[in-house]
Amino acid sequence: MSEPLLRVQRLFKRFGGVSATDDLSLDVRPGEVHALIGPNGAGKTTFIGQLMGEIAPDSGAIHFGGTDIRALSTPARVKRGLARTFQIIELLLEETALDNVALAVQAGQGHSFRFLADASKDRSLRAPALDCLAAAGLAGRAHTLAAELSHGEHKQLELAIALATKPRLLLLDEPMAGLGASESRQMVEALKRMKGDVAMLLVEHDMDAVFALADRISVLVYGRVVASGAPAEIQADPQVKLAYLGEGDA
Amino acid sequence: MADPSNKPARPLLSSVRRRLLVALLLVGLVVLPYLASLAGQPALVSLATRIVILAIAAASLNLALGYGGLISFGHAAWYGVGAYVVGVLYRHFVTGDLLFGLPLGTDQLLITLPAAILVSGLFAAGFGALSLRTSGVQFIMITLAFAQMIFFFFVALKAYGGDDGLIVRRRNALPFVDTRDSATFYWVSLFFAVAWFAFMGRVVRSRFGKVLAGVRQSERRMAAIGVPTYRYKLAAFVISGMGAGLAGALMANHARFVSPDMLHWTQSGEFMIMVILGGAGTLLGPALGAAVLIGLETQLAAWTEHWQVILGPLLVLMILFTRGGLSGLLGLLRGGGR
Repeated sequence: MSEPLLRVQRLFKRFGGVSATDDLSLDVRPGEVHALIGPNGAGKTTFIGQLMGEIAPDSGAIHFGGTDIRALSTPARVKRGLARTFQIIELLLEETALDNVALAVQAGQGHSFRFLADASKDRSLRAPALDCLAAAGLAGRAHTLAAELSHGEHKQLELAIALATKPRLLLLDEPMAGLGASESRQMVEALKRMKGDVAMLLVEHDMDAVFALADRISVLVYGRVVASGAPAEIQADPQVKLAYLGEGDA
Repeated sequence: MADPSNKPARPLLSSVRRRLLVALLLVGLVVLPYLASLAGQPALVSLATRIVILAIAAASLNLALGYGGLISFGHAAWYGVGAYVVGVLYRHFVTGDLLFGLPLGTDQLLITLPAAILVSGLFAAGFGALSLRTSGVQFIMITLAFAQMIFFFFVALKAYGGDDGLIVRRRNALPFVDTRDSATFYWVSLFFAVAWFAFMGRVVRSRFGKVLAGVRQSERRMAAIGVPTYRYKLAAFVISGMGAGLAGALMANHARFVSPDMLHWTQSGEFMIMVILGGAGTLLGPALGAAVLIGLETQLAAWTEHWQVILGPLLVLMILFTRGGLSGLLGLLRGGGR
């Protein structure tokens, strides 16, 4: 078994009296899709925030690619190969889909202290950006303003932007949330095509998507991993049924 | 106040026609002194010089405020510092006294302008580095506070006139050019304004400009794609300060007078009004805003001494009903830089 790409050990985060992350340990291996499921309020988004460096954990260790990244800023973590999508979209709504992605490509090419050349004519930005849009199934909408895209397309754009940073590990925060059945299928297909090339931590409520994609599933309840294992094991686990599936959240 | 992050309408005219209009505008500006003397209104040249100079300051504020979403309420500080560089260097040139132990005094425009730009940029870098630790309303307040601090510093600076300011008896000299002639100095100012606007036009389309526009729309998104936003905000703030310094240095020459009033917060407010009135985040909006504001002020002041009573409501109406600023209204002055 290969060395894990991401290893989280004994992570704690409290907000006042609420434990958002409670002794959470978890790993993601290279190329693996590790799904993280759990009821609303289980602390899944908070966990992603801590992995990205947007929220500081109270204690615990986060190793990525063999090094401790806890002291690194969000941009520094992105440079090392972490990328996330946002459950509640975080896009540059005044820009086109292409410009949103091109900016992520640009960020990956080093500093942006270049003041004179027209960036929108830069082929080294546009070509990779178009590839990422295509990979997310959004090639046809490249020149549409992000504000004018549909909800499903926003989700696809989130994915395209994350891809443009050339991640080693994608943190997907409910990529199917709010999508219609056919949009969900498209998203699953897009993720399936990427599977193997990039590891994924998939936070998702859509169980069909989870079982279609995941190599492993961990169940998070009140900030705690209550079960972890292969999809079939999780499906059969009585504790999971009680804590999660039993709540009818899926 | 109009939200600077408002998305203005798409350009209404093709880029060819827009270029033609800009060229026409330029020709008009170049021949303006002739038209003024034909019309028997030589005072227009001085008014136009002021507008052209203030447009530089407004455009540089626009880089931070309109494009970067950094609502700086202390822009007059960098403008005033630039003016004082000219005033202080001229004073030392006249008296021959040493400055920092060196014979730095000069009346050469080609030295005083870069010096003003540099010193204003340094001031903006120092204060910006601190201010940019905050955001939102705190940023507005801290930039205001720092600017007022610098204002009171110059008020207290008795060696350079304190409250009374400094007189620059003769405009800085430029080789082969008679800067004392008002039309000539207008052209000199126009040259620097055009150069500055051209520079701004390049900057907002560049990689740096794209990052800046991203920072305005979502800093969280920028961090998530790996952009450390602070250094880009600081760079925008410094460039903005340098432009203000250039404008201040030109104004010190135009008015042949420098005083702490140039750094007063009301001057910062005027720059903000110019930007918002003209259209925040548009290339030529600030120039339009400067022209309309200064034009109105001059016209109304000639008409009645209570001109501010009229100007205030007029500005409110214009900003309320044009939303994206006057340039959004005209559509044709759209910079297309976004």
